[in-house]
Amino acid sequence: MRIALGPPQYFWPRERTLAFYRDALTWPLDVVYLGETVCSKRRELRLADWLQIGDEFARVGVEVVLSSLALLEAESELAQLRRLVGNGRFIIEANDISAVQLARELGVPFVGGPSLNIYNVGSVRMLVDDGMRRLVLGVELGRDWLGELREAAAAEGIALPPIEAIAWGRLPLAWSARCFTARALNLGKDDCGFRCIDYPEGLKLATREGQDFLMINGIQVQSFEVCDLAPVISELLDAGIDTLRLYPQQHDMPRVIGRFRQALEGAALTPLPGHGIGYWHARGPMASAGAETPAIRGP
Amino acid sequence: MRLVCPAGSPPAFKAAIDAGADAVYVGFRDETNARAFPGLNFSENDLHAAVAYAHARNRELYIALNTYPTPTRIGQWRKAVDRAAALGADAIIAADPALLDYAASAHPRLARHLSVQGSATTHVALRWYRERFDIARAVLPRVLSVEQVERVCAANVVPIEVFAFGSLCIMVEGRCQLSSFVTGASPNRHGVCSPARSVRWQEHADGSRSVRLDGVLIDRFNPGEPAGYPTVCKGRFEVGESIFHALEEPTSLNTLDLLPRLARAGVCALKIEGRQRGAAYVGAVARVWRQALDAFAATPEGYTAQAQWHATLASQSEGRQTTLGAYHRGWQ
Repeated sequence: MRIALGPPQYFWPRERTLAFYRDALTWPLDVVYLGETVCSKRRELRLADWLQIGDEFARVGVEVVLSSLALLEAESELAQLRRLVGNGRFIIEANDISAVQLARELGVPFVGGPSLNIYNVGSVRMLVDDGMRRLVLGVELGRDWLGELREAAAAEGIALPPIEAIAWGRLPLAWSARCFTARALNLGKDDCGFRCIDYPEGLKLATREGQDFLMINGIQVQSFEVCDLAPVISELLDAGIDTLRLYPQQHDMPRVIGRFRQALEGAALTPLPGHGIGYWHARGPMASAGAETPAIRGP
Repeated sequence: MRLVCPAGSPPAFKAAIDAGADAVYVGFRDETNARAFPGLNFSENDLHAAVAYAHARNRELYIALNTYPTPTRIGQWRKAVDRAAALGADAIIAADPALLDYAASAHPRLARHLSVQGSATTHVALRWYRERFDIARAVLPRVLSVEQVERVCAANVVPIEVFAFGSLCIMVEGRCQLSSFVTGASPNRHGVCSPARSVRWQEHADGSRSVRLDGVLIDRFNPGEPAGYPTVCKGRFEVGESIFHALEEPTSLNTLDLLPRLARAGVCALKIEGRQRGAAYVGAVARVWRQALDAFAATPEGYTAQAQWHATLASQSEGRQTTLGAYHRGWQ
């Protein structure tokens, strides 16, 4: 099983991002995803910067993938996407059908990202025809779905591409045209002042009784709870997961990668407090914990 | 522009047609559509009658098959396409690639509309669906500004339908897992957002009420304060020091004032949301939009949305508030 550093989800200052990836060059990674997936206004790094970082990873033998935006609205974003797909050096992660179409037109192989809606074998087969080399499990899909997919593929005699699972990080649950960070700060999106740069791990949203619930990250909404599949790594191996996706966080990333390396070497790991296994066991992460009393901090 | 109205029951269907809908979209009584609510939708007999009623008046009936079948359930969804074809529906509204592919090969003469659940927001994405499945129309997610809608239309890939009125999804449709995250039931897989079985209202001694979704507190209401249906995106939460509608207020989309601009952009159809609503809602809303479209057709230059139309629509709206949503940059 391979370990991938997922695309960055948050907006960090240029220097912090460059330093993060300088460090990451020394981490035991097999794959690295680079580029902006959330908001086209986040431009501390440009495509040329990501390509340069990518070259450094390629030099040390790490597979490089350039990730695309999950939500495209403006013509300027499509123009950026064209440059990304046609970069000439690296394959891409398609996080929207627009990227699939451009990759198909240009003959560029791609990874199918978690925000594509791929729910069955027929849809996988079509994307493989279009050039998909690996599929990241959709955010709400887990072990049981993958079992069903393998069974159906076998019955139809269809070979599945390698499968990647989100194994660490906050789950990207929703996207909107609206910027929720700007809204929380009483700013318009067009005058946001790039303030999400002040929230390097997002802006916490709690219920009115103090239960930590979601994380606001610009136009994206994430789970507050961090997904950690290290305690169920043997199940991931049984399910034939090819690649583990660990989403970047500003602190402790080497320790997170170390945790997964340990798990892959057979160490039995216990769940970390405040972490969960996301959708791996089928039901919604909160629904499966639904009967438990929420952590209440008082009104 | 054609007026496409929702119906979750035979009375709502009749109300829509009688009020002047050009087309009505409906669903079967199962999870093949994104309003899979108990007590809603159409039996086979209902549908035969509805098709006859619509076609006798030269109107259309579309069948929404806009959820995503998982590997073991694709057979049921394919049968639903077969049923839609056998019923003589004028189109299916679908999002799943495998299902669109099946429909295109098994029933090439049954028109395919790309559902809003397909999350296609660009003309490049629409090209994929057109080249792959020869779709006849696409419904755009409610995330584009009116300028962006104009550009998608100008690219001329496929005729475009947009949402004109109704409850407002503020996330990209097809890419929102908030209901799924809390309740385990998702619009994509189960055709529901915030299923009723997960909702718990609680009355407190002081007359206030709170509402939970599978244990998660979505909102609390003072005595007498109007309370809407609890979806995560319309709840009140704490961010920083403030408690507010952190994602969106309970409000409805209303584009009456944008009608001329959408028409000039080349939008081919306006969609009204609300298959979960009753015949009174459907009839009242369809009547207003019929009048507006007829007034615009008669004198495009002289069109202004009448105050009475706005009042009627506001009275049918969630939270009695309306917004231009993402069509207006300021909302974003």
